[in-house]
Amino acid sequence: MAAKLVALTAGLVFGLGLTLSGMIDPARILGFLDVAGVWNPILGVVMASAVAVAAVGFAVARRLPHPLVGSAFHPPGRTAIDVRLVGGAALFGIGWGLVGYCPGPALASLGLGLRPTWLFVGAMMAGMVVAGVAGAAQRRWCPG
Amino acid sequence: MIGEAALGGALIGAAVVLLWIGIGHIAGISGILARVPAGCSRGRGWRLAFLGGLIAAPLLYGLAGGTVPAPAVTHDPWLLVCGGLLVGFGSQLGNGCTSGHGVCGVARLSRRSLTATATFMLAAVATVFVSRHLLGG
Repeated sequence: MAAKLVALTAGLVFGLGLTLSGMIDPARILGFLDVAGVWNPILGVVMASAVAVAAVGFAVARRLPHPLVGSAFHPPGRTAIDVRLVGGAALFGIGWGLVGYCPGPALASLGLGLRPTWLFVGAMMAGMVVAGVAGAAQRRWCPG
Repeated sequence: MIGEAALGGALIGAAVVLLWIGIGHIAGISGILARVPAGCSRGRGWRLAFLGGLIAAPLLYGLAGGTVPAPAVTHDPWLLVCGGLLVGFGSQLGNGCTSGHGVCGVARLSRRSLTATATFMLAAVATVFVSRHLLGG
C-alpha cells in the first residue's frame, strides 16, 4: 500500500511537471527538435532542470542502504553499449521526431480526450508488444 | 515560459527522486508501461498507481484552475501509427525513453543512457529536419 501511494504521488508530480512545462504539447517538442527552423529551447530547459534535481537525489540516495519502502534499490541491470541500445534509441528518436510524442507526454495527455493521442498510444503499446513477442525485451519482461 | 519550464522540469526531477528514494525504482515511463501486462503481477500495483497519477495530473491541474496546454498533435493517422510503433518498439529495444535514459540515466551519468540520449536526440533532429525542410511537410 505504501509503495502504491509513493508511486501514485510520483506519477502525479511527474504529470504536473509535464503539464506546467508545456511538454504535453508535441508542437513544443518539435519546436525544440527543429534546429533549422524557429528554435524553441523549452525542452532543453525542462530536461536540464529535471536532470539537475534528479542528480542531487541520486547522489543523496547513495548514502541510503535501501529505499524508504522496500528492501533494495533496483538499478538497471544492463551495462553494454551495443547495437540493440543504439538501434533502439535511433528508432525511438525517429518515431519521436515524426509526431513529437514520447511515452510520458503521450500518456499524460490521454485524459484530454484527443483521438490522435489515443491512436498514438495504441500504436506505441502495439510496438512494445511486438518488441516483447520478438524476444527483444523478453529477458527484461518481468524483472520484479 | 522559461520559468514554468524550469519549475516543471524540477517537478519531473522531484518525481524521479521520489520514486527512487521511496521505492527504489527508476521512473522510466516506457519501462513502467511495458511491464504492466498480464504475467507480470509482481510490481504491477505500483506501476498502475504511477501511470494513474501521470494520467490524472493534467486533469486535476485543470480542475484546480490551472491552464492545461492544448496538445497540437498531427491528425495524420499514418504518421501517428508509424510514430507510435517506432516509439514503442524502439523504447523496448533500447531499454528506455526520454525519461528513463534522458532524465534518470543522464542524472546517474550512465554511459549507456548518455549514448542512448545522444542517439535519439540526433535521430529526432534529423527526422524533423527531413520532414520539415526537405520534404516540406
